[in-house]
Amino acid sequence: MDNKALDIAPLEIRGPMHSTLRHDSAHKHVSGTAEYIDDMPEPAGLLHGALGLSDRAHAEILSMDLSAVTAYPGVVAVLTGADVPGENDVSPSGKHDEPLLADRLVQFHGQPVFAVIAETRDAARRAARLAKITYRDLPFWTDIDGALANGAPVVTDGMTLSRGDARAALEDAPRRLKGEMRIGGQEHFYLEGHIALAIPGEDEDVTVWSSTQHPSEVQHMVGHVLGIASNAVTVNTRRMGGGFGGKETQGNQFAALAALAAKKLKRAVKFRPDRDEDMTATGKRHDFLVSYDVGFDDEGRIHAVDATYAARCGYSADLSGPVTDRALFHADNSYFYPNVHLTSKPLKTHTVSNTAFRGFGGPQGMVGCERIIEEIAYALGKDPLEIRKANFYGPKGSGRDVTPYHQQVEDNIIDRVVSELEASSDYQERRRAIIDFNRNSRVIRKGIALTPVKFGISFTMTAFNQAGALVHVYSDGSIHLNHGGTEMGQGLYTKVAQVLADAFQVDIDKVKITATTTAKVPNTSATAASSGTDLNGAAAYDAARQIKTRLIAFAAERWNVAPESIRFAPNRVEIGNKETIPFPDFIRLAYFARVQLSAAGFYKTPKIHWDRAAGRGTPFYYFAYGASVTEVSIDTLTGEYLIDRADILHDVGKSLNPALDIGQVEGAYVQGMGWLTTEELWWDNKGRLRTHAPSTYKIPLASDRPKIFNVSLAEWSENTEATIGKSKAVGEPPFMLAISVLEALSMAVASVADYRICPRLDAPATPERILMAVERLKAART
Amino acid sequence: MAKVTLTVNGRTVSGDCEDRTLLVHFIREKLGLTGTHVGCDTNQCGACVVHMDGKSVKSCSILAVQASGSSITTIEGLAQNGEMHPVQAAFKDNHGLQCGFCTPGMVMTAVDLINRHGNSLTEETVRAGLEGNICRCTGYHNIVKAVLSAAAEMGTARQAAE
Repeated sequence: MDNKALDIAPLEIRGPMHSTLRHDSAHKHVSGTAEYIDDMPEPAGLLHGALGLSDRAHAEILSMDLSAVTAYPGVVAVLTGADVPGENDVSPSGKHDEPLLADRLVQFHGQPVFAVIAETRDAARRAARLAKITYRDLPFWTDIDGALANGAPVVTDGMTLSRGDARAALEDAPRRLKGEMRIGGQEHFYLEGHIALAIPGEDEDVTVWSSTQHPSEVQHMVGHVLGIASNAVTVNTRRMGGGFGGKETQGNQFAALAALAAKKLKRAVKFRPDRDEDMTATGKRHDFLVSYDVGFDDEGRIHAVDATYAARCGYSADLSGPVTDRALFHADNSYFYPNVHLTSKPLKTHTVSNTAFRGFGGPQGMVGCERIIEEIAYALGKDPLEIRKANFYGPKGSGRDVTPYHQQVEDNIIDRVVSELEASSDYQERRRAIIDFNRNSRVIRKGIALTPVKFGISFTMTAFNQAGALVHVYSDGSIHLNHGGTEMGQGLYTKVAQVLADAFQVDIDKVKITATTTAKVPNTSATAASSGTDLNGAAAYDAARQIKTRLIAFAAERWNVAPESIRFAPNRVEIGNKETIPFPDFIRLAYFARVQLSAAGFYKTPKIHWDRAAGRGTPFYYFAYGASVTEVSIDTLTGEYLIDRADILHDVGKSLNPALDIGQVEGAYVQGMGWLTTEELWWDNKGRLRTHAPSTYKIPLASDRPKIFNVSLAEWSENTEATIGKSKAVGEPPFMLAISVLEALSMAVASVADYRICPRLDAPATPERILMAVERLKAART
Repeated sequence: MAKVTLTVNGRTVSGDCEDRTLLVHFIREKLGLTGTHVGCDTNQCGACVVHMDGKSVKSCSILAVQASGSSITTIEGLAQNGEMHPVQAAFKDNHGLQCGFCTPGMVMTAVDLINRHGNSLTEETVRAGLEGNICRCTGYHNIVKAVLSAAAEMGTARQAAE
């Protein structure tokens, strides 16, 4: 061994855990070489699919004349529900309520009724417009009011959470308020729309490339539709151009259609709906109507809350059960309710089936909760922050630490997060200055708000909290990493590679990140619920641990040293004080000694359990916390507004990669800001979605982001639970930091009535809504 | 059918296409340059921005025949001699991307923006100048940072060259 070489051995590897590292594909994204599914070289003889959509919200199909579609030049096949060899169903809920192609009954305007397969995408799309379908219209409703007025059924059973005696406590409370709040939905607008490419194989085999957050479900769904076993279906996903929950279940239909056509026609088939169809035919965030009844005292302390969360779920269950559950799980945000009764109503509407979207009901739960806080504050003439602080969960064991679902909050840091942010953002001084400003400003009014976030981490479906990874160490010392998580821009691949680099103590460029595929890691969960790194990082760590255990046993025997004296040092292995061997050389020796250099890692989240019927348990492994302060200016004559400044302090535990985490926080805040301000979904009286492109659906632009944007991570925070590197999940929690935008707008509106009336601003707070609220308060003032 | 002749990333290419073929489809499908993305199909998201005779254009809003005779630069043609363009490097170094789908268009728009404004480029101008490019992941903070950082570097490089 050349000792000179060892003198310059690095003290640290490149890309360990807790280091700032660029996204693994950054160099490819900036040079246009990162491959998305539509960028893959097309297989010879590729055919293209297009959807034929219903133009009725609720109707019985009396007849379908598809002859003009079939006759269109270039059309190879037209598929209907009758062509499905397995089950004509892609419902992820298992309720069999979501046909791949609607048969006899259509339940929303824009529901896929047939599919055209043609030589070109253009031909398929043009032909899809030529169908002659006759319908018998049925009564329909597209929103929550319509559902309630028509006694609509639920798409899945609602849930109730209850603790204490809310009814009695409401009666006894010194003060009591009731109200309602409407919270709008949201279109995901992932920049890459849905897409699937299927290539038929031998026997029953089919391989599908799908832009999905859940390759395993796509695999199962393709099998289900084709009537074949899962082992005949392989699903691959290298990356998505954004997902945000919109590709958790919604990719099923495109993948299943591509696979169906590919097997039937024995040719490769690609489905890429255009943006209007994507926005029309795939689900969105749920709108909610929150009805609340709160009892409190003169200090602003809550005695009891009774609230109902009714949701527009669309025509089928999809994920509406767990989404509305999560709304209730976050109807307390960071506040202790001594007595509480919460109910969800997942209502059926004749609209596209709503689905997962970052936060998964949690944001709506929290927005409803913050409205209650505002009501109390304006009723008492206090700063809403004062009310928030008065109601925070107390420390563990304080008697104020139990949630409405009977889980004890053990890791509470909300007080510290909020007080640090309050100081660093100069909240109090700025609030005073704003109140002064508003006193003298006739048209422009300002508002400021500080809102907290406490978000529960884990899938509430306990079984989903498991993950697998496959790690190979090749005989040249290079490492192949695969796991069940999918990459949609969040940097999951980078973080898990950091875990592996750290475990083996090799530079991160020695770790090859490979595309997610059902052929390598089976039965995976969706990359969702912010859990990607927690689950897959831990599974990869487990695989590394197994291989290292074998390597240590081999080295101990070969060099006749104690296993404890073997150390994985940066890019080398130290055999006690006997020898130091570069990692690749060490691996080569292990290979010749016939050490197994591959392992399948596995992880399941400990501690959690949940009894939905009883409304009791520990659904969350831990909580992620954060807080934000937003300052806005509104024009009281037009309702227009600007976000002047945002300050954020967010808890990601001990960050695995601060650059990626801060990126998640900034992006989530702006996405949340869009949801609560300009993003408005609009269905007309025929049940047609009229906001099906960015021309009518306003997503935040570069000019909309806060003029001053200070984002920090709570660097002192460590996860008290045994997560990978003591980090915390980051995908969803910061989305809810944007609630301070809504609250700041609300304060600006409240200024016109001297902060004595709660503006009851519904979301999204579009300029029209701001203007109407200003007028309403002006009228009420006089 | 129309015959289209273009200089793309310095190379002269020609091909036949239907009259209605959009430039973006010509670039992606005929030339296999898939770094230019289709995001919204409706001229709004900016994922398909390329340079036509040095100016940024949404390649889904131009017919291939309209572009015939012009010089096109796509994201693949931005790097010179294996060296990333300063804007590419800045997006990479400032974490100005997440899912990456909007990135090529964002980079192409940014290059044009910097070329047009030179040293007078302000944050306000960047924010307004990127209004035709939608990013759903980053919240734009690091994108704006990247553009300003690249502009500063290109300004310095320009001064050094003068």
